[in-house]
Amino acid sequence: MIKAEVKSLDEIKEMLKGYRKVLNTGCGGCVSVCLAGGQKEVNNLNTKLKVVFKQENIPVEIDSFTVERQCEQQFLAELDHIVGPYDALMSMACGAGCQFLAERYPDKPVFPAVDTEFIGVNKDIGWYEERCKACGDCVLGITGGICPVAMCAKGLFNGPCGGPQGESCEVDKEVPCAWVSIYKRLKGQGRLDNILKIYATREWEDQLQGKILLEQYKSRYIQETK
Amino acid sequence: MKSGSKLEKVLSEGKFAVTGELGPPRGTNPDAIKEKAQYLKGMVDSVNITDNQTAVVRMASWAASSLLIQEGLEPNYQMVCRDRNRIAMQSDILGAYALGIRNILCLSGDHQLFGNHPKSKKVFDIDSTQLISMVRKMRDEGTFQNGQEITDPPKMFIGAASNPFGQPYEFRVHRLAKKIEAGADFIQTQCIYNMERFREFIKQANDMGLTEKVYILAGVTPMKALGMARYMQKNVPGMDVPDWVIKRLEGVEKKKQAEEGIKICCEQIEEFKEMKGIAGVHVMAIEWEQRVPEIVEKAGLLPRP
Ligand code: SF4
Repeated sequence: MIKAEVKSLDEIKEMLKGYRKVLNTGCGGCVSVCLAGGQKEVNNLNTKLKVVFKQENIPVEIDSFTVERQCEQQFLAELDHIVGPYDALMSMACGAGCQFLAERYPDKPVFPAVDTEFIGVNKDIGWYEERCKACGDCVLGITGGICPVAMCAKGLFNGPCGGPQGESCEVDKEVPCAWVSIYKRLKGQGRLDNILKIYATREWEDQLQGKILLEQYKSRYIQETK
Repeated sequence: MKSGSKLEKVLSEGKFAVTGELGPPRGTNPDAIKEKAQYLKGMVDSVNITDNQTAVVRMASWAASSLLIQEGLEPNYQMVCRDRNRIAMQSDILGAYALGIRNILCLSGDHQLFGNHPKSKKVFDIDSTQLISMVRKMRDEGTFQNGQEITDPPKMFIGAASNPFGQPYEFRVHRLAKKIEAGADFIQTQCIYNMERFREFIKQANDMGLTEKVYILAGVTPMKALGMARYMQKNVPGMDVPDWVIKRLEGVEKKKQAEEGIKICCEQIEEFKEMKGIAGVHVMAIEWEQRVPEIVEKAGLLPRP
């Protein structure tokens, strides 16, 4: 899932300065799972902001509303009859949700309250790690289920650089070298052949604005030209 | 001859090659290169010109290589994958060739985190193995990476690096094999201190027939002082400095440590000269170029062809 982190109070305060009435919108999707932007976090942030605004005499009024998912217009629609009186919106969803919110209410300034960090996993409670760069051309089948694009600091495709410190990546002793891990995993499975072959220069599939249109729905969106 | 470079000639004639290394200045003064070049003239067959080594901004390696040619030395133009995509790389290679550069060393490059712009954006559009393939394709097929024809293609003598001391050890020789398959003509190794592991590595390479297909130059770096040895043992990624090196430097008084470091280096070179599968040495005396003549002389590598 997508992992995000709440921005610092200072940064949020700066963004909201000059607005009188702000609606902080949460998201019940990924950001709620990683404890960054669900209903609880929205309330937490608002409580903190109210204290700060009061202390510093900043006349911003802030309310909250959390929708099921901000990456779906159907759920954002719930906000339609609420947003009216607000002169700015804040989103605690990921960057995608935040943009979809802004798209629905193009007249309202929208501010992100979180930084979207990565697509990752829950290692444990409150401990998330990146696993995927959404590169659009998955190689996990070759590399033993360990991603060289996301897990190798240099995104190498043909084996480890000269730098691993023991079994750690050269950039961080706490992080395992992806290629040491790939080697061990494939060796254990008797599939080392996979990485003895050269992996040819790839054509990057993530260099344009991504779009998926499912075959079975195409007719719905594309008018046939005769 | 693939490129006609001096390095290629020396190696293909079966002579024991010697290469040096020179880091371009962190500024615009060409004299910095001229000065270092004076120490290397007549001492080495080709000089590696580093490409923003340790991710610190320096003069472009093609420009410094060109300045080196003006000094009558042959550059080995280093190119890393960190800072350029395939468009910029190929364009630089065309320019480098037009300036008379005939050797290229294809590297991944140190991560930008180690340098002076640690939060810059990395590129790594292609990796070092893919870079080797690309340069080979430009030379042998006369086309760009995309298959389009090049008018007057660059004919480079292609080098690659190998680190026998990094994990996973058993994979290292296979990585070497991949680089050879991709098109590497010569290999320069990481600085060698752990001779035992290196002998094992070369034996593997010999057994796999790799040393028949590629020229391997053994990398050496003389220790300037005990402090340097300790630092390299602990802090330099991919470096394997065994305790015997530390002990030998500890065994002499401080003033004599540099001399002892050079002595160790020369003893290693003596062994490499006899070692099956080794075609030369790569002497990396960074910011210590003035001692290269002494090393090359003591190691009996003079005169150069
Ligand atoms: S040490 Fe391993 S993970 Fe880190 S950059 Fe090198 S190959 Fe990639």
